[in-house]
Order: sequence, then C-alpha cells, then structure tokens
Amino acid sequence: MGRTVTFRMVVDPIRCDGFGHCAELAPELVTLDEWGYPILQVEPFPQSDRELHRSAQLAVRGCPRQALTLQKITAAQSSELPERR
Amino acid sequence: MTLELTTRRVLANHLDHPKTMTEHEADFGSSKGLAITIDELRQSGITGRGGAAFPTAKKVEFLLQQRRATRYVVVNAMEGEPAAHKDRMLLATNPHLVLDGAMVLANLLNADAVIVCIAREHVTTISQVKAAIAQRGARRLQGPSFEVQSPPGRYVAGEESALVHWLNSNETLPQYRPTRPALLQIGRGGVLLDNAETHANIGLIARHGAEWFRRVGTATRPGTTVTSVTGNGKAIVLEVAYGTPIRSILSEAGITYEPLALLLGGYGGTWLDGQHLDVGFDDDSLRPLGAGTGAGVIMALPPESCGVAECARIVDYMAKESARQCGPCAFGLPAMAEDLRALASGHNAGESLARLASRSAVIEGRGACRHPDGVVRFVRTALHVFAEDFNAHAAGHPCGFAHGAPVSYIPHQSDVKDLEWE
Repeated sequence: MGRTVTFRMVVDPIRCDGFGHCAELAPELVTLDEWGYPILQVEPFPQSDRELHRSAQLAVRGCPRQALTLQKITAAQSSELPERR
Repeated sequence: MTLELTTRRVLANHLDHPKTMTEHEADFGSSKGLAITIDELRQSGITGRGGAAFPTAKKVEFLLQQRRATRYVVVNAMEGEPAAHKDRMLLATNPHLVLDGAMVLANLLNADAVIVCIAREHVTTISQVKAAIAQRGARRLQGPSFEVQSPPGRYVAGEESALVHWLNSNETLPQYRPTRPALLQIGRGGVLLDNAETHANIGLIARHGAEWFRRVGTATRPGTTVTSVTGNGKAIVLEVAYGTPIRSILSEAGITYEPLALLLGGYGGTWLDGQHLDVGFDDDSLRPLGAGTGAGVIMALPPESCGVAECARIVDYMAKESARQCGPCAFGLPAMAEDLRALASGHNAGESLARLASRSAVIEGRGACRHPDGVVRFVRTALHVFAEDFNAHAAGHPCGFAHGAPVSYIPHQSDVKDLEWE
C-alpha cells in the first residue's frame, strides 16, 4: 500500500468562538458561515502542496482560541475518518 | 401510562411494583454467580439501545485493550428524550435485571463500581433503584458496589460525554471527542457506558446465552426493543422484537387511526410518511426510507394535525436544549426554529423554506456532539414527508390544523432563561 501522506484541518467546535482569523489566514481551506464560524475543507490535501500546508499552519498558529489542529492522515486511515468538518 | 407486552423479555412478568430481589430471582433465576464472557457478548450481537446502536461487545473490547487500574460501569437511564418512557418503565418493572447486567459487565471488566445515572426530576425512579440496590446488599453478591447519581435532566445531559463530564465535574456539557469509540474517563479510570435497556438484555444473555438472545429480532439487530409509542394523548410502552411491522406495534398500542406521519427515534429522529406502516421497526428495514429506530420512539401523528406546526414546536424545544457551546448549534438551531415558526403561521415565510434546506447542509456535522445533527435530520425528513404542507404554508396558506391542539409533548423549560445566549 502506498503511504500517501495528506493533511487536513480540524476544529474543536467548543473552543472555537468564531473570531474568523482562520478564514483570513487560510482562505483556500476555510470559509465562514453566516454566524462567522469556520467551515473547513473536508477533502485532505497532499503534503506536497507546500502553499496549502503553509496557509494551514498560519491558521493553526493564528487562532486566538487555539481551536485548530492540522491532522496528518496516512492512506490507511483515510477510509475510516468520520465525516466531520 | 399503560403497559402492553408482545415479546416479554426485559419487561417480563410486570407487577404493580418494581420487583424485589426475591421476586426477581423467583422469576429469572438466581443472580448469584452470574457471569458473561466477551465471546458470549460478541456472539449475541447485542447493540446499544440508547439510539446509536453501537455493538456493545466492541465497546467492552475497546476498554479491555486499555491498561487501566480502575474501571467504572455506567448505566445511562437519563432518558432526556421527551417522547421516551422506556428506561423508567424498565426500572419500575425489573430493576434487578438492569443491575444484573451492570454487575456481570463490571465483573468482566474488573470494574469496582457501577454508577446508575437517573435524571434528578425522575424522583420515583431514583427511589425505586435505591431500594433495589439496598436489597442486593443483603444477598452478598460477588462484584461491584452500586450507586445512584442524579444529574439535572436536560436533553443533552444523557449524551455520553456530557454524562461522564457531569460525573467528573458536575456540569452536563457535551465534550469534544473526535475519535470513535469515544475515550471516556472518570478521573483516570476507564468507563463503559450503556443504556439501561442494554444492561437489562445483558442480564438475560448472562442467564440464557447468546443463541437464545438471537432467537427473536433480525440478524443484524437481534433481540427486542422497548418502544415508547405516543400519539393522541396516549403514552404506551411495549416490548417488541426488532423487525416487527410498525402497523402491528401501533395496533398493539391501541392507535386506531391512520397516521398522517410517524416520528421515529425521538425529537432528534426522523419523519416517515404515514403510508409506510408495513415496514419492520429495525434500522436495516428503515434505512432505505431514510429513517431509524433511534431510542425506540414512535410518535403517530393523527390525521387532523399539522406537521409543520409540530416541527416548529419540537425544533424550538431542541434549539433551547442546545448546550450553546458550539457556534453552528447555538446560532443555527434558533435560526431554524425561527424559520419554522414563520412557516407554521404562514406569515412572511416566503424565503424560509429555501433557507431551512441550505442551513441544514451548513449546520450538519459541526457540533461537538450530535445534537445539531439530530435536528438537521429531523428537519430534512420533515421537509420531505410534509413537502406539500410546507409549500402551502410558505405560500401563505397554512392548513386548518395549524392552530389546533398540539400532539407532541414539550417539557417545561424553566431554566432556559439562564442559558439564553447573549
């Protein structure tokens, strides 16, 4: 099995207070709903995409509530991921 | 509340009082030396009766894999679902069967304590279970200690992470648990948490074995379900085999009218068109129709009622029951409730219908617990089942029943003000 490493952002919805900094820092990965809370891209992005990776890291570091994490997904895991945003 | 029995198992031999230890052992056989193995549990195929239908053996295995010095078994009898009465009925009939199930699981896990959680408001049930625990003391059974805990009975208080959080820190707030099965802990001890009805069934599997357990029900959901049937002012609890046609359950419950629609699973459950009465009441039969059994609830909406108005009342209640921790739930559910209110009255509801559908898609899957997902499921199936009514309401022509007597029971929410989002 090929070990393609991908990443995606996940949010702890209890910590998140809707500051919206993530949507400024990683607009490719985050949009905001009508109440200002983030909707994250569900599809994982490949490690090779340096620009997306950089944006995601900025968003994680820039969250005033520290609600975001960058989750590393190996190919074996990706099938059993829950459908969450 | 009356009791009808169709497949008597966990509700067998109902008396006018909760069975004493002596009556219980006369009925079901001795509780002394009762035990269950993980293999037996796996072979029984028993799934959780609280709504999620997760295989109980998997939960136990997950906990056995963890190295824990201390373990706890928690019996969830919170029953925050307003349309359900089954846990209370069960504990008022065969409390020792529930305690037997918890005892054998505790012995299997080498757990020291069993904690039975009953909502503070259910005072009768609390005293019944406390009396049952006292009777067991005299029998000198090998195994765990028993205690009763009574958190305040809000809707989300019975959600597993909220309940365990309450046992840790006296707050009934759901927690963010991104992995499944969720890792539950009291202090540093591991927790096995199951619905009271699941425990009662395990009390029977320990006596009669997995093969006996599988004799009724379906291959994927063996055994019985204790079902709360409501409609037209009636609230009836009956035990039926999984897969029993809904029509038979309704007639057994004494519901004679042809229902307009059925609400299955609970207030976070799914609507089903009233014509699907011959479907079996189990998740595999209901899944193709977009429905499920949830916590074993069937609400049969009488023909002379308004589906839109019922939805508005229930979603309003569910929105107020949000723990208001996560934005999409705290803001999204009240927004949906407002649109439903507008639709129910038929005033200024032109855009409400489209907004309900788009907000459903936005809110789903974005809370720490499944509370918002339940409401989304409820609304989405309602828009499908009551499509004609919704369109008429949106066009400003509400039906004649919109202001009639409500069918669904909405508990009094006295403490909502304190929780109102600022």
